[in-house]
Amino acid sequence: MELFINLAINGVAMGMLIFLIASGLTLIFGLMSVLNFAHGGLFAWGAYSGVFFYVLLDNFWLGILLAIVTGILLGWITEFLIVRPVYGNHIRQILITLGFMLVLTEMLKVVFGPNIINAPTPEYLQGSWMIGDITIIKYRAFIIAVGLILFIVMYSVLRYSKVGLVVRAGVMNKEMIQALGVNIKKVFVIVFMVGSALAALGGALFAPSSGAIYAEMGMEFGIFAFIVVIIGGMGSIPGSLLAALLVGMANTFTAYYVPILSMVVTMLIMLVVLIFRPQGLFNVSGVSNK
Amino acid sequence: MSQQPLLNLEKVNTHIDQFHILQNVNFTVKKGELTLLLGRNGAGKTTTLRTIIGLNPPTKGRVMFNGEDISAIPPYKIAKKGIGYVPEDQGIFYDLTVGENMRVAMMKEDDATQKRLESSLELFPDLKKFWKKPGGQLSGGQKQMLSIARAFVNETDLLLIDEPSKGLAPVIVEKVIEAIEKIKEHTTVVLVEQNFYMAKRLGDRFYILDDGLSVHEGYMNELDENEELKRKYLGIG
Ligand SMILES: Nc1ncnc2c1ncn2[C@@H]1O[C@H](COP(=O)(O)OP(=O)(O)O)[C@@H](O)[C@H]1O
Ligand SMILES: [Mg+2]
Repeated sequence: MELFINLAINGVAMGMLIFLIASGLTLIFGLMSVLNFAHGGLFAWGAYSGVFFYVLLDNFWLGILLAIVTGILLGWITEFLIVRPVYGNHIRQILITLGFMLVLTEMLKVVFGPNIINAPTPEYLQGSWMIGDITIIKYRAFIIAVGLILFIVMYSVLRYSKVGLVVRAGVMNKEMIQALGVNIKKVFVIVFMVGSALAALGGALFAPSSGAIYAEMGMEFGIFAFIVVIIGGMGSIPGSLLAALLVGMANTFTAYYVPILSMVVTMLIMLVVLIFRPQGLFNVSGVSNK
Repeated sequence: MSQQPLLNLEKVNTHIDQFHILQNVNFTVKKGELTLLLGRNGAGKTTTLRTIIGLNPPTKGRVMFNGEDISAIPPYKIAKKGIGYVPEDQGIFYDLTVGENMRVAMMKEDDATQKRLESSLELFPDLKKFWKKPGGQLSGGQKQMLSIARAFVNETDLLLIDEPSKGLAPVIVEKVIEAIEKIKEHTTVVLVEQNFYMAKRLGDRFYILDDGLSVHEGYMNELDENEELKRKYLGIG
């Protein structure tokens, strides 16, 4: 039982990290119908800049903050240089964002060197609490808390604020929202920057939990995020959270009990979901490419 | 007073992809009137409205609104200049509630907007009743009313309404007619309509489009008496 709970906590923590990348991706996908394969690159850049600034300034929180700033800046550049010329063309989006993903990955090696880099954890987040036989690793609890808070913030903003309404309406019908006086391009840029910032934050939070970072991590987590977006239903934040938790848990459990399956379990979930609910777990109805 | 029309399409050509849909369309709307845009299915009526609001901008020719050339500006700016749009498919945001559909449309949050919101709810009591219901769960008639109210809630000089009677039961059509009659008192309207009864009740002037060309214009009473025109372009009689 203790083992089960420990694994579950690990799974949830992993799920929360995936959620942070996937939440940005699902909005970009849902609102702009953009297939952004460079999104994982933002995650890796977030991880590197988080560690770099943490070590440089000796302040974990400043590291996180500057990782977010890096995400916003890179997101802005990505939207402007890479994505803007290919709105509406999925094939070109895949090609150019995949290419940019490679550029982002190689640039990491140029700037920070090709080797694996150690990622420290601040002292007060090290170690664990013991509750009976259950070990709760502090940093994992921290990740879960941050993930939950961000989910609640994102969900409330989307649900209740005017900007959130505009984004949700834009996901459903891009043309109509413009005919109602909304500058959708401006909204695109903002969502792109926020989505990128979330990915970078995910990376910065991931680094200490894994203890080491490497340039290719962006690719790996980027694929995870894409699968999660598809499972959750594009454009849906609750869908992304649920799917990310599902994938996080499934990975943690299979990695422990049937390691040989851990590579394919995510794909299997996607397959099953797509067979029974091709629109994903949460369907944002009226999604169109208009 | 100037005689300048509120809206003037001057030899407008519109392409969708490689297709040449509108060909030298001339179309003039005078302030305070309800101008009908008539013609068979596929004549180019919807495309004309989409060209005006900027969703399918003209490739040649000009769209003049209040004396200003709006042919090359994006839809959101055109909307802000005071053109409301009620599309053929109503464009309701299905997952948003009626209230949220209204709120997302409100460009300003001033007293005047609030007043218009209240009068739209008086005009369409169903919207008030189903305020918290998702737009996707409304009946066809209610969706139409929501779409009209949503366009009307902003300060509009011109309202573009695309086939509001489509798919509605006669009783509901009657309601929509009454609503547009009231709206007509406040704002200029361009109405696309296949339902000739509705057209006759509401229209001041008419234009007929055929195959992307504007082929006829005149006052509504002239059209009603012109059996040949009705038969040839509208399939009536
Ligand atoms: N997206 C599109 N792609 C290609 N052709 C289109 C498109 N939209 C409309 N058309 C064509 O343009 C013509 C006019 O269409 P439309 O403006 O919708 O007519 P109406 O509203 O009068 O029925 C039709 O022949 C239609 O097939
Ligand atoms: Mg039409």
